[in-house]
Amino acid sequence: MSAETTTATAPQRGRGAKGRKGPRYAKTGYLFVGPFMIAFTAMFLVPLAYAAYFSLFREQLVGGSVFVGFENYARAFTDPLLFEGLGRVALFFLIQVPIMLAMALFFALALDSGLLRLAKTVRLGIFLPYAVPSVVAALMWGYLYGPDFGPIAQLADKIGATAPDFLGADLMLGSLANVVFWEFTGYNMILLYAALRAVPTELYEAAAVDGAGPWRIAWSIKIPSLRPALLLCLIFSVIGSFQLFNEPSLMKALAPNVIDASYTPNLYAYNLAFVGQEYNYSAAVSFVLGFVIMAGSYLFMFVTNRRSRS
Amino acid sequence: MNPRIRRRTGLAAAIAGPLAFGACAREPEPAPDHVSQAEIDEAMHTPTELDFWTWVPGIEKQVALFQEAYPDIKVDVTNSGQGAGHYAKLRTALRAGRGAPDVAQLEYQMVPAFSITDHLLDLRPYGAGDLEDQFVAWVWAQVSGVDGEVWAIPQDTGPMGMLYRADIFEEHGIAVPETWEAFAEAARALHEADPEVYLTNFAPSQGAFFSGALWQAGGDPFGGSAGEDLRVDLTSEQARRVTEYWSGLAAEGVVSTDPDFSDQWYQALNRGKYATWITAAWGPVFLQSTAASTSGKWRAAPMPQWEAGDAVSGNWGGSTSAVFAVSENRIAAAVFAQFINTDPESTMTMATEQFLFPPTKALLEDPAFTGQEPEFYGGQRVNEVFAQISDTVSPDFQWPPFQDQVYADYSDTVGTAIAEGGDALGALDQWQSRVTEYAELQGFTVEES
Repeated sequence: MSAETTTATAPQRGRGAKGRKGPRYAKTGYLFVGPFMIAFTAMFLVPLAYAAYFSLFREQLVGGSVFVGFENYARAFTDPLLFEGLGRVALFFLIQVPIMLAMALFFALALDSGLLRLAKTVRLGIFLPYAVPSVVAALMWGYLYGPDFGPIAQLADKIGATAPDFLGADLMLGSLANVVFWEFTGYNMILLYAALRAVPTELYEAAAVDGAGPWRIAWSIKIPSLRPALLLCLIFSVIGSFQLFNEPSLMKALAPNVIDASYTPNLYAYNLAFVGQEYNYSAAVSFVLGFVIMAGSYLFMFVTNRRSRS
Repeated sequence: MNPRIRRRTGLAAAIAGPLAFGACAREPEPAPDHVSQAEIDEAMHTPTELDFWTWVPGIEKQVALFQEAYPDIKVDVTNSGQGAGHYAKLRTALRAGRGAPDVAQLEYQMVPAFSITDHLLDLRPYGAGDLEDQFVAWVWAQVSGVDGEVWAIPQDTGPMGMLYRADIFEEHGIAVPETWEAFAEAARALHEADPEVYLTNFAPSQGAFFSGALWQAGGDPFGGSAGEDLRVDLTSEQARRVTEYWSGLAAEGVVSTDPDFSDQWYQALNRGKYATWITAAWGPVFLQSTAASTSGKWRAAPMPQWEAGDAVSGNWGGSTSAVFAVSENRIAAAVFAQFINTDPESTMTMATEQFLFPPTKALLEDPAFTGQEPEFYGGQRVNEVFAQISDTVSPDFQWPPFQDQVYADYSDTVGTAIAEGGDALGALDQWQSRVTEYAELQGFTVEES
């Protein structure tokens, strides 16, 4: 939340300072951001530029590397495998994110209400899955989902029922959504909870004086003041959903015919590069994915900004 | 607007980035036509360090034997993992132009992938041409180039046979099937008698098994390819036959379709869910360690045949030692690759201690190897069974220069269709068109037939 406000106001302040006090402050500022900028340029900007350059070529097993202009992008925009993957992660986003954010919001409000006993333990408990590396989480859930040996299947067997085929084609996306839900609800909860703690208590006092109960306060004060934090969570979720990789990549070993090489766009880019050696096209696919995510995030910011203005 | 997005895209770029330096990799010198014995002697007495990438456990034994024979050469072994990870690292190092090993383990199907990019050293000038007689003919064909080059030295192989549960067969009165037809009937009978048990498991994403099955049936989808001209024939009569057979059994529900080498599959082997495992010569030892609880119950037999009375098999797996053209110690590297795979003591250790199935005629006839009677197989001479099978593998089977892509496409088309009960023959056409499209994008002139 605070990040949002600083980015919104910082440019004005910067401009004012430049006009009045001269470049001395600017120099010190550059000195401070220097180390970061060097690392950022070397580790992010240069590889990014290189990948962009690289995506304009095509290296073949026969004939070597040739400049092809935007041919790789043209191919990406007509690649059914890429669009199938994008459609799949979009669906994943639509199913998984609302549930996750609603639950995170619920937990954050519950913790903030002060009515919970052992609030610290509960908070830590919900947050804990985030501390489990996603690879470990995916392996763990893969075991739980196991059709013959998995505990859920065995439990169902004990009571004479059949466990649903979590790793089958119909349920796989839901099973993956569940893993991501388990991993990231706590993380989003912490973001929202921190934002709630920053709401000035005067507002609550004023509301209480006006006769508002706890539900009314939650609805009319807490949730509106969470808007920037929710937007942040949402944007992280757009990125996370569209970049889905670890979970399907690991589940592929358990269900190789459900999760194919292009199940998610990131998995597709990975397989293009490391199985098919189509590094150039893989770079182009990565860029297309980057643009989709950028467009998606911008859309959300645009919509919410317009709504808050009107 | 959102630095995180840029950052993440950058990450993808950073992954792809280092692989892109192919253009600036230095060109290796052309290989000499002939290397004299004097040159070899000189090189083998010059202190040299060799880098060797392999996943074979216990390879230090062979390395020690080599270093004993050539005290001036020191071999550094790196375990770079197995399968896709190993090849990704190799390709990265080769493209970067430094950090590549002198010698590395390559599976047979990967040899053309590295020879087409001129990364492998033709070992003929280093004496490898004279080794042909020591190896089984079909194995030697696997490492030979179209112009007779020797791209690698065979280390182990995987002629395919069938491991079966003698106890389950006996319990249900099933005779060891000698034809695929009999196998199908047995599959139906067994599953009917005990719905918990399947005669075998068809792992739908295991492209290597399917290739071996195709090999046995006489299919050679890339046979006749040379250099830039690639023949792609994945929809041949033989391919249709194999596909129809397995998709039929899977659709009937009389064979299971679990992914292999997964926890589920290991458990099933131990529980006796599968009455056979159609596997390769490396299978028997692998099974001993993964299904230890079933010791004494397994036996080995040849693969069922398409025509009664035939004796043909395919190959699944096995690997070689290859020398890279970028090596600065070509002579020492070539001698090393030949030594560990032909020296009698070195190869005997591999066969009897590391349990790599040998490709050399000498070992396949050696009673010290074939005469072993492992308890796990009730004292049956399993090595002898597979040594006989090794004689029946056809030499006519060629790998394309991008078999990993062919496997991936197989899994997403034919494999999925068989597992999900889809149109498997239609998927075969899809596989063909995907591979063709890929090959054309890679600059090959494709001949479909």
